[in-house]
Amino acid sequence: MRAILAWLEERTGAPSAIQHFLDEEIPASAGWHQVFGSVAMFLFLTQVFTGIMLALNYAPTPGEAYNSLRYIMTELTGGALIRGLHHWGASMMVIIVVLHMVQVFLWGAYKKPREATWMMGVILLLVTLAFALTGYLLPWDNRAYWGTVVTTQISASAPGAGPYVLRLMGAENGVGVVTFARFYAVHVLVLPPLTMLLILLHVYLVRRHGVAPAPGDEVKPKQKFYPRQVFKDTAAISLAFIILFSLAVVAKAPLGRLADPTDTTFIPRPEWYFLFLFQLLKYCEGPLEILASVVLPTLGVGLLFLVPFLDRAPVIRVTKRTTAFAIVILAAITWSGLTAAAVRSTPPEAFAADREGPMEWRDLTPEELAGVSYFKSESCGTCHTLGLRQEGKPGPNLGAGGAARDAAWMIAHFKQPASMVPGSQMPSVSLSDSQLNALAAFLLKLTPQNAMKMQDIPQYVLDGAALYQKNRCNLCHQVNGVGMKTGPPLNGLAHRRDATWVKGHFLDPQKFSKDSMMPAYPFTPQQNEAITKYLMSLP
Amino acid sequence: MQYNTDNQGRRGFLVRATQALSALIGGALGIPAFVYLFTPAKSRSTGGWVDAGDISQLKLNAPEELPFRRVRMDGWKIITEKSTAWVVRLSEKEVVAYTPQCTHLGCAYHWEESKGQFLCPCHTSNFSIDGKVLNGPAPRPLDRYLVKVEGDRLLIGPEQSKAKGA
Ligand code: FES
Repeated sequence: MRAILAWLEERTGAPSAIQHFLDEEIPASAGWHQVFGSVAMFLFLTQVFTGIMLALNYAPTPGEAYNSLRYIMTELTGGALIRGLHHWGASMMVIIVVLHMVQVFLWGAYKKPREATWMMGVILLLVTLAFALTGYLLPWDNRAYWGTVVTTQISASAPGAGPYVLRLMGAENGVGVVTFARFYAVHVLVLPPLTMLLILLHVYLVRRHGVAPAPGDEVKPKQKFYPRQVFKDTAAISLAFIILFSLAVVAKAPLGRLADPTDTTFIPRPEWYFLFLFQLLKYCEGPLEILASVVLPTLGVGLLFLVPFLDRAPVIRVTKRTTAFAIVILAAITWSGLTAAAVRSTPPEAFAADREGPMEWRDLTPEELAGVSYFKSESCGTCHTLGLRQEGKPGPNLGAGGAARDAAWMIAHFKQPASMVPGSQMPSVSLSDSQLNALAAFLLKLTPQNAMKMQDIPQYVLDGAALYQKNRCNLCHQVNGVGMKTGPPLNGLAHRRDATWVKGHFLDPQKFSKDSMMPAYPFTPQQNEAITKYLMSLP
Repeated sequence: MQYNTDNQGRRGFLVRATQALSALIGGALGIPAFVYLFTPAKSRSTGGWVDAGDISQLKLNAPEELPFRRVRMDGWKIITEKSTAWVVRLSEKEVVAYTPQCTHLGCAYHWEESKGQFLCPCHTSNFSIDGKVLNGPAPRPLDRYLVKVEGDRLLIGPEQSKAKGA
């Protein structure tokens, strides 16, 4: 051991450099309040580690991103934990970086000659937020997509620079593949090395000027960084890590439904630490909007930068820095007030919006409704529950929600259950491909919130929709925006025709409108009753 | 220079505590990462049976190469791949299906009617009709798929050697 050390010392000088680093003199007053920087650095390194782990199984293009992330979370052992660490680690990182700044601010540690260290720190705060912003899009679920839409629109409203920022984000024509590629590149290629460089400079400056002393330190004997302060740092790091780890285990990192740019019901929310800006934006309407979106944030960051120049008074005891305390408390109150207001004004559904799914059968397409009817006719319910009730049936609860399978998986599974789930006892489902598609389409819409309701859809709706699907009415007609437009769309049919007309029209279309291209459908009276009643009840 | 230092015992404690905590964190990150990287994905489709076609016309001891399509998980994707098997009716009751790669280095071999052997052109391995190595560098007999006959249809399962664990 000693020989190796000696060899290393002679060739590289590393051992004595490390020794020198550990023997750094720190003032007598140093202690627990100075652990935040180390914790922030630790969290950053953890993010790098978990980020690399995720990247090893992640495909960075929109649709694939979502599927691969779901694969990480559901198929890979430890995948959910690693994603959880990365997800919650981002939030903790923001918290710790802010706490670090608050501590430095309260103690006045930014004063001469440490102004540059402080400003470097402000840049690191911005970089942390940039990480959060770009990473937010990468799961490509509804939350990610709509959150980023809001972000890009806010940046677009910046006077002058707006269009350029928008172009830089590749979002001129909306958030799409280009935006995704740019966010990903920035998140994994630009920001990490930049952060490392900045941390290096920041730590170098801390070392150059020494840890900021408190008044009275001059007369007390100094201490060494190692082992006392190193222990305190490590203890704080451990505490942070325990919290992070527990969060990752207990609270599943959210992964909603695949991003759906046509989903107008989704209420976008930014991540919690940006909620206050989001709320501020609500108060400022019209021409005032840029006040909240651009002016105030820019002003805030500018003020932060200038802190060391605005306060040039000599260093005094932390307990006497009442103005600093007042500022921090005021900022904290403003922040929590705005955040609380944003949370309170959030309709409760918005929290669950990406998992809720359609509540009314009228929101489902005929294909999905036909899926419900196949679910019943194939007696899937003998083995599977749909709702939140678990009754000890052999198959899994299909309405449990969470990260679901995709349609291709389901269809392969229906055809040969055991090929997708080794050891599955499920018999294969003997339906045609289009029927299996319908079944999968319905199952994709299932969520814990709507599953129970899906069991109460009136029978005529199911029969009518199944007929609609079987006769491929969608090749000419539209329901709920799905289908072709060769024939008239069928929503609102009840306003245009009465039931007798519709029934007669199925049997002999040309009798009712001479030039109609529609072929006749010789439905039985019961069938005709069901499909007519279904179509007439479309909103 | 005077330093405010801890006594030997306390210093030792601080050093050991720091090391222990670091090791704990390292483990809590390292072990999940190891498991994550080295455990196979949960739903691997190794148990699927695919229909390789009608074998009522298959003659005794006349190998035929039958194509089939297999659905397989490739990471987060379900892919269907085309594959083939050399199918031989060894007796009235016994039908076997060999994987189409030579057991030496994976070249495609074929049935040589005149010799009544499977020949691999790459390094001239020869296999008998029941898959045994007759000569050449091939280290083991031809690999087989699990097979099931249902009526006239031949169902092909996973490779025999890989199926054991599944
Ligand atoms: S690969 Fe067939 S003999 Fe070498």
